[in-house]
Amino acid sequence: MEKKTGTWAVKVGLAQMLKGGVIMDVTNAEQAKIAEDAGACAVMALERVPADIRKDGGVARMSDPQIILDIMDAVTIPVMAKARIGHFVEAQLLEALGVDYVDESEVLTPADEENHIDKNQFNVPFVCGCRNLGEALRRISEGAAMIRTKGEAGTGDVVEAVRHARSVLGEIRRLQNMRPEELYHTAKELQAPYELVREVAETGKLPVVNFAAGGIATPADAALMMQLGVEGVFVGSGIFKSSDPAKRAKAIVMATTHFNDPKILADVSRGLGEPMSGIAVRTMAEAEQLAVRGW
Amino acid sequence: MKIGVLALQGAFREHVEMLRGMNVDAIEVRLPEQLIEVEGLIIPGGESTTIGKIATQYGLIEPIREMVAQGKPVWGTCAGMIVLAKDVGMRQPLVGVMDVTVKRNAFGRQVDSFETDLNIPAIQNGDPAPFHAIFIRAPFIESVGEGVQVLAQLENGTIVAARQGNLLVTSFHPELTRDARFHEFFLKSLTVKE
Repeated sequence: MEKKTGTWAVKVGLAQMLKGGVIMDVTNAEQAKIAEDAGACAVMALERVPADIRKDGGVARMSDPQIILDIMDAVTIPVMAKARIGHFVEAQLLEALGVDYVDESEVLTPADEENHIDKNQFNVPFVCGCRNLGEALRRISEGAAMIRTKGEAGTGDVVEAVRHARSVLGEIRRLQNMRPEELYHTAKELQAPYELVREVAETGKLPVVNFAAGGIATPADAALMMQLGVEGVFVGSGIFKSSDPAKRAKAIVMATTHFNDPKILADVSRGLGEPMSGIAVRTMAEAEQLAVRGW
Repeated sequence: MKIGVLALQGAFREHVEMLRGMNVDAIEVRLPEQLIEVEGLIIPGGESTTIGKIATQYGLIEPIREMVAQGKPVWGTCAGMIVLAKDVGMRQPLVGVMDVTVKRNAFGRQVDSFETDLNIPAIQNGDPAPFHAIFIRAPFIESVGEGVQVLAQLENGTIVAARQGNLLVTSFHPELTRDARFHEFFLKSLTVKE
């Protein structure tokens, strides 16, 4: 019987398998091994973590394929990699390399300030960032098979991750209380396709898996996002910019599983050393914020 | 009967929802004490290294082995198949109770993930409708030991589902479909009769 690859079911299916897990940013094979040994459910292969992208300035692009291939060789868990918003050729390269998921990411400098990648054209699945429900549904209509709230990457400040998760999940709850005829106008307000708006109103959830990202630096941060209702977390700079990455990585994995058990959370949070120092998002100029990228 | 779904990481909620839709009392299991009250266990898809590490950290490996020894039904889907296998060709924490050699990521990377229809006589009971199987970075069974019954194969002979007494493993994900026949098979056929 016929085998079908690159279908919506297998794209969304991989994200289903990542749920309840931690996806960690890594910049080389050694860090990838540390992440896998700590229990990461996937790694994001990068040249620089967001905190360094922020510090170095300039244009941030897709990583050198050699770095991505080295990381793919080092671990058995799925490997994701980032393409610039709208840069469909970077995405083609990543698909050709065989990465398991492409993150069309605001952490890199956007290549197109109007159009995102037409993700339906690819066999490799995509994850995209969002700040609110409308943005999430626009990305899903373009073919994103997984969503992550953006937060503010490279800050170690969880406040934006909380804001974006509350926004997405709150808007879903609002849709659930609407009368059917109100959904048409709401779709217009959200700038999202009506069919997806109606589906969310009926099911009470996004049609794809929803993780949190951007500013998660401690086990308690991860558990906070899980208790708010996301299905897993991305941790970028928070691990490898801390004083004891292996220990912190493992603690964040345990906290993501046992997010509802304060005793375990207290236990795993002990003696982790210094977290990344971070930047309070409140003190940043809007031009320095990455989350506003994406349309 | 009460069935536990190991809820350390992965697609555990889909199994819980499938069971509850069949009026089965299903609970999420994260700690060893929660295993005492269940009469069967499903180890879901997810990342087998992650599930194995968290299970080891919280002392779940031995209690699951004991459940298996007591004859309670235990089913592993995808990562769960890896966790139950005795041999996966690499070192990682496993329950390791089923006489099968499993190859991880056996079909390739995510771009090679696929869906297909399978004929599985054990669950079809003469029903002509094939079972729609979704394979995600899936493992397969390279070889089976004595006493292991092969339940499903791809057309080229690759083994993708098997049973040994009260143990069941599938490379694919019945919980991602709306077809409850595998869950019914697990509930009805694996319980050891007194």
